[in-house]
Amino acid sequence: MDVTPFIALSAILFTIGCVGVLTRRNAIVVFMSVELQLNATNLALVTFARMHGNLDGQVAAFFVMVVAAAEVVVGLAIIMTIFRTRRSASVDDASLLKY
Amino acid sequence: MTVTMLTNALLVSTAGATEPPVVEPAAADGALSLLWLVIALPALGAAVLLLAGRRSDSWGHLLGTATVAGSFLVSLVSFIALLGRDEGDRSVGQHLWTWFEVGLDGRVFSADLALLYDPLSALFLLLITGVGALIHVYSIGYMALDPRRRRFFGYLNLFIAAMLVLVLSDGYLGLFLGWEGVGLASYLLIGFFQHKPSAAAAAKKAFVVNRVGDVGMVLALALIIATFGTVSFAGISAASSQVGEGTLTAIGFLLLLAACGKSAQVPLQSWLLDAMEGPTPVSALIHAATMVTAGVYLVVRSNFIFENAEIAQTGVVVVGTVTLLWGAVIGCAKDDIKKVLAGSTMSQIGYMMLAAGLGVAGYAYAIFHLLTHGFFKANMFLGAGSVMHGMNDEVDMRRYGALRAAMPITFATFALGYLAIIGFPGFSGFWSKDRIIETALAENWVVGVAALIGAGVTAFYMTRLMLMTFFGEKRWADEVHPHESPKVMTTPLIVLAALSVVGGVLILGNWLKDWLTPVVGKAEPHDLPVPVIVITIAITLVVAVGVALAWFLVGRREVPRTAPTDVSFVTRAARADLYGDAVNEGLFMRPGQRLTRGLGTFDHSVVDGTVRGTAGTFMASSSLFRRMQNGYVRSYALSLLAGALLVMVALLVVTIA
Repeated sequence: MDVTPFIALSAILFTIGCVGVLTRRNAIVVFMSVELQLNATNLALVTFARMHGNLDGQVAAFFVMVVAAAEVVVGLAIIMTIFRTRRSASVDDASLLKY
Repeated sequence: MTVTMLTNALLVSTAGATEPPVVEPAAADGALSLLWLVIALPALGAAVLLLAGRRSDSWGHLLGTATVAGSFLVSLVSFIALLGRDEGDRSVGQHLWTWFEVGLDGRVFSADLALLYDPLSALFLLLITGVGALIHVYSIGYMALDPRRRRFFGYLNLFIAAMLVLVLSDGYLGLFLGWEGVGLASYLLIGFFQHKPSAAAAAKKAFVVNRVGDVGMVLALALIIATFGTVSFAGISAASSQVGEGTLTAIGFLLLLAACGKSAQVPLQSWLLDAMEGPTPVSALIHAATMVTAGVYLVVRSNFIFENAEIAQTGVVVVGTVTLLWGAVIGCAKDDIKKVLAGSTMSQIGYMMLAAGLGVAGYAYAIFHLLTHGFFKANMFLGAGSVMHGMNDEVDMRRYGALRAAMPITFATFALGYLAIIGFPGFSGFWSKDRIIETALAENWVVGVAALIGAGVTAFYMTRLMLMTFFGEKRWADEVHPHESPKVMTTPLIVLAALSVVGGVLILGNWLKDWLTPVVGKAEPHDLPVPVIVITIAITLVVAVGVALAWFLVGRREVPRTAPTDVSFVTRAARADLYGDAVNEGLFMRPGQRLTRGLGTFDHSVVDGTVRGTAGTFMASSSLFRRMQNGYVRSYALSLLAGALLVMVALLVVTIA
């Protein structure tokens, strides 16, 4: 089986996610871009699992999903709280923790 | 080369002198076993008076006087007990306790606190406790109006205890303990009127100058322990002849430095004149009769070292001769009655040092003069205090005059002291000073002539003091009402005056010389170039010239009420203490200040600069890196990405290569 298209798709998705994280200011969009990166990684894991014919990569992918689910819960809650207190969901506004 | 020749020329001949005696003290028994009480009583008095505080204000002075009087009684009993012993048996030791023990070169060095009661310390005991008790009695009256009188007596008791430790100790370590103790008491008492900045400064000056001498004492002590392995006089005197002369000379000079500091000898003389800021009984007790003579005691006690170190002995003679003229010249120009007496004290101690430096021939006379001087100088200091007491604490003799009618007892006792110090035939000073001048002439005529001139100058300034204080026109202000002091003050004056007159009996039949022989060795009779009677007449003539000169210069003229300023260079120099302070300031103080200031600048700029510079560098660089923590999540994400890419590239490079 040729894994190149899968890996290429994974790389494209990951790059989109990266650019999203680095360029967007809205916390929700940044969050979604992070999810995109995670899923790109999952695709790569599953692809390599298929290539090697074992389940290691798939197990790792499940771990990523579980952790991502938990992270979404906590992350969204944080974003909500920041939005409520600062009336803004821009990641650049929450820059108090600095030198 | 030149130095050697000079030393040889100055070297005092001690040919024919016997080896210093070695006496192992016998254990104290009978009446002498109470010896420790002599020190314990005043020490207890000091402790009670200083610890009990104001509660003892009402009876403190009585307790202070009683302890010293008790001490005098014990001294007297001990002295009588010592008189009853055989001549070879008059050295009694009492071991109190072992202070500490340490290993030293495989041996055990044991620092024992032990007392040594021998003919020399017996005389000192009588002088210190006797004169001390009289001055305590006097102080009851003199300090009656001072609210801190109890504290004053506490300090006086502390001084007596320390001084007794000094003269009773059987070794240099205990002597050093007392040495520092009297230094402390002297400091506390000079600065007793601490509200006066001049008194506080004088106390500090005395302390600092004494510290210079104490360095000599500490170094001598260290050298003694390293050389002999013991500090006891008996142990050192037994071993001193086997030690190289170089070491003994070094020890001798270090001891001389210590003696100079304590006894206000040139070059460490400058503190004594300022020390007159203390209450007058202090000047009488500490800065005339007892403490300042500790240097003479040290030299006489260390005879076993000086006998084997001729150069150091010559040093003692030089110091004594210079100081006896130095102090006498200062005494001629001062208008402050106490400062005249202080200059005189310096000069008289110079005589004692000179005698002590002459070796076996002079030790007994040094002690003899020390005793007579203790009597007549304490008498005159207390007399000066009595005058000040009646004159509203005025010390300027130009404001005195014609006081003999107003205070007859003070005048009479002072006059007896005066006759004693100038060496009026028959009075105590006549015997003691003549013996010193005679011995000096026999040993070295230069020194002898200097001592002879000193006697004339002494007669001059003491006559000047007498004339300005008790004779002439009255020059005091109208609001001053001179009056005689109370009995509690005049009684000690009378006793001391009597002692000043009859003190000479000690030398009758050479009693004092024989008495001290077990300690300092037997002197060979010296041969004088001329008969003794000629010298005695010469001295008396010189003294008469001094008195006559004073009469013509001071007695016949009117004394101006302010010191004239158009005076000769010599007078100006003498008024400025012969520029002793200026020399000290120019030679030591200012360079020292410059050095410390330089070191301070160095520390501030170089040492601190390095430290601060290092810290500053890190501060600057850290503030640079700190900027990276800008709080923007996206910039952190970028660095994360950059890091990840870097790792990937590195992995690629490693895999491909």
